[in-house]
Amino acid sequence: MANSSKSTPVEAQNTAVPASPSMSVIAPAVAWLIPGAGHLIQKRWIRGLLIMASITIMFILGLLMQGRVYQPNGGDILDILGFVGDVGAGGLYIVTRVQGWGHGAIAHATADYGTKFLIVAGLLNFICAADAYHIAIGKKP
Amino acid sequence: MTLELSHFTAAVLFSVFASVVFGITQRSTSRDQIRYGLYCFVLFVGGVFVAGWVMWILRH
Repeated sequence: MANSSKSTPVEAQNTAVPASPSMSVIAPAVAWLIPGAGHLIQKRWIRGLLIMASITIMFILGLLMQGRVYQPNGGDILDILGFVGDVGAGGLYIVTRVQGWGHGAIAHATADYGTKFLIVAGLLNFICAADAYHIAIGKKP
Repeated sequence: MTLELSHFTAAVLFSVFASVVFGITQRSTSRDQIRYGLYCFVLFVGGVFVAGWVMWILRH
């Protein structure tokens, strides 16, 4: 009976500890604005750095491949969906728009890949923001 | 500066970054994250080869 309250190392590792209630709002917001930062502020250093590197490099590669950066007022439904994907990158998208980087039209075959890199980088960042939220509420260790 | 990658290089880079994020976000423990990331990477790259051969068969 005395041992029933003790947890094994594996159980202790899998036990998620909920953070403060404000963290459940701050973490996903910061994660969206700066990829990986939602994990970093919750002291998930390696995960945060890997996410930051992956999404940032993917977004920059998309820009270097002359991928199309979608505008919010595209009109066409596919343009709107492209914008939703792009805006997922948060701060990266904002900086890109402010600096006027990226292209409005696809010029060659590789640029189409660039467009997909930009969109998927944003969509992956949405997943990371959700993951940061799950860590903040204690659903995930 | 313009980057012109081959189709295969672009697909492999895409696979690497997507697999890293999938591994981290879809599993809880470090061991499972690595295993799932590698699993996703193999599926991504394997899918590239399968799609390539399917297109070759359709073409011929």
